[in-house]
Amino acid sequence: MTTRKPYIRSMQGWWLKNTFYKKYMIREATSIFAAIYALILLEGLMALASGAAAWNDWLVSMRSPVAVIFHLLALAAAIYHTITWFAVSPKVAPNIIIGKQKVPAVAITALQYAIAAILYLTLLWVALSI
Amino acid sequence: MADAKKTIEIEILRYRPDQDQEPVWQSYQVPFTDDMSVLQGLQYIKDHLDGTVSFRWSCRMAICGSCGMMINNKPMLSCKTFLREFYPAKIQIEAMRHLPIEKDLIVNIDDFIGKLESIKPYIIPKAARSLEQGEYLQTPAQRDKYEQFSSCINCLLCYAACPQYGLNPEFTGPGVLALLHRYNADSRDGASAERMAVVNADTGVWGCTLVGYCSEVCPKQVDPAAAVNRNKVNSTLDYFYRMLIPKGEASE
Amino acid sequence: MKRSNEPIFWSLFGAGGVVVAFILPMLIFITGIAVPLGILPHEVMEFERIRDFADAWQGKLFIFAVISLTLWHSAHRIFLSLHDLGIHWGRGFFRWLCYGFAGFCTLLTVYLLMHI
Repeated sequence: MTTRKPYIRSMQGWWLKNTFYKKYMIREATSIFAAIYALILLEGLMALASGAAAWNDWLVSMRSPVAVIFHLLALAAAIYHTITWFAVSPKVAPNIIIGKQKVPAVAITALQYAIAAILYLTLLWVALSI
Repeated sequence: MADAKKTIEIEILRYRPDQDQEPVWQSYQVPFTDDMSVLQGLQYIKDHLDGTVSFRWSCRMAICGSCGMMINNKPMLSCKTFLREFYPAKIQIEAMRHLPIEKDLIVNIDDFIGKLESIKPYIIPKAARSLEQGEYLQTPAQRDKYEQFSSCINCLLCYAACPQYGLNPEFTGPGVLALLHRYNADSRDGASAERMAVVNADTGVWGCTLVGYCSEVCPKQVDPAAAVNRNKVNSTLDYFYRMLIPKGEASE
Repeated sequence: MKRSNEPIFWSLFGAGGVVVAFILPMLIFITGIAVPLGILPHEVMEFERIRDFADAWQGKLFIFAVISLTLWHSAHRIFLSLHDLGIHWGRGFFRWLCYGFAGFCTLLTVYLLMHI
C-alpha cells in the first residue's frame, strides 16, 4: 500500500471562488450599513434629548452630500437584506400544513413581502400624519 | 470516413501522495458524445489514457453517493453531470473541497463517518417493543415530517459546499445534522433528547451561518439548511425553557 | 457536550433582522433621503413633532427597537463575518467588543429615552 499523506487545501479567499459565496458575503456586509444607520439614529436621539438647537444641527448634517449618499447606499443595503431575509426565512420555519398540503417556501416569502408593504406604507402614513 | 471526432478537454487536479508535494493539474482530451456523463469521461481517461487516475464511483445513477467531486468549482455527482453541459469548454475536476485529499479525486471521509455514528442514525424506540405488538404504524402525515431528510445518500457534496465546515472541521456539518433531524422527526423514534446534545453545542447547529449552499448542491433535495436552521429554533426554545425549568429538578 | 449560549445572540440577531427587513428600508428613505432632499416636507422631522412622538411610550418603544435590535443584529453578523474572513485570533476579545458595543448602545438608548 502506498504511503498516505493527506493534502489539506487552504481556505484563503474561499468566498471569491463563486457567485453564491460572494452574494453571501454581500448579504453579511449589509449589516455594516444597518449598524451605521442605527448609530446615526442614536446620534439623532442624543440631539433630540439635548433640545431644538442640537436637533436642528443634526437635521442639517443629514442634508450633507456625504450623508445623503450614505443613506442611498444604506437603503440599497437594507433592501438587499430584506430580499435575502425573506428568501431564507422559510428555512427556519417548520413544515406548515394547511388542509393536506404543505405550504411552499415561496408562499412564506410572498407573505412576508405583503406584510412588509403594509408596514412600509403604515410607517410612511404615520410619518406624514403624527 | 466518419467526420472528425469531437473531443472535450478534461483537466483533473492530480495528487499522488508518494510523489507530489502539492496537487497539480493534468489535462486530457476525451472523445465526446452528447450522452456521456462526467463519470464516463473519467472512465474513458482511466481505461484508455491514464490508468493512474483515481476516483470513486459505483452505481452510476445518483443513489450510492460515491462519485462526488468539484466540477468547475461546484460540488456535483459526476454520474449525474453531463459533458454536454460544458462542451465545448474545458472541464476542471477537483476532489471535493473542505476534505483532505488522499489521492487524485479521492477524499478522506472519516470525519463524516465518525460524526454520523455520534448522532445514532437509527430508530431508538420510545419504549421496548415486543414482536407481538406488530409493526409500527405511521400515517402519511407523520412520514412527511421526515421523508425528505431520509433521502440523503451520504455523498458529502454539502460538506464540500459548506464554508463553515471548511473553516472549522469541528462543525458537525449539514449532512449529519440533516440525518439527525431525520431521526428526531420520525414518530417511531424516542431519542430526540440524546441527539439534542449534538445540536445544542457550539459545533452543532450554531456553527451554521445559513450560507445555504449545502441545499443548493444537494442532489436529492434533502435541504440540509432547513434541517439545521429549524433545529436552531428548537435549540433556542429549549435553551430558554431550561432557564425556567432546569433539568434534574422535580417538575411537580 | 457543552451547551452553547448562542441562542441568546441568535434570538437578538433574528429580532434585529426582522426590524431591519420590515422597518429600515422605509425609515432610511424618510429620514435619510426624502426629508433631507425635500421629497417629503421638512415638517415631518421637525423638533416638536419628533419630540412628541418620543414622549409617547409607543414612540419610545419604536425608537428603542429600531436602534437596539438593529445593533444586536449587526453585532452578531459582523462578529461571525470576522470568522468567515479568516480572522481567528482574538475571538474572545472581538465577541466582547461586538456584543459589548451593542449592549452599551442599548443602555444609552434606554437612558436617553427615559430623559425625553
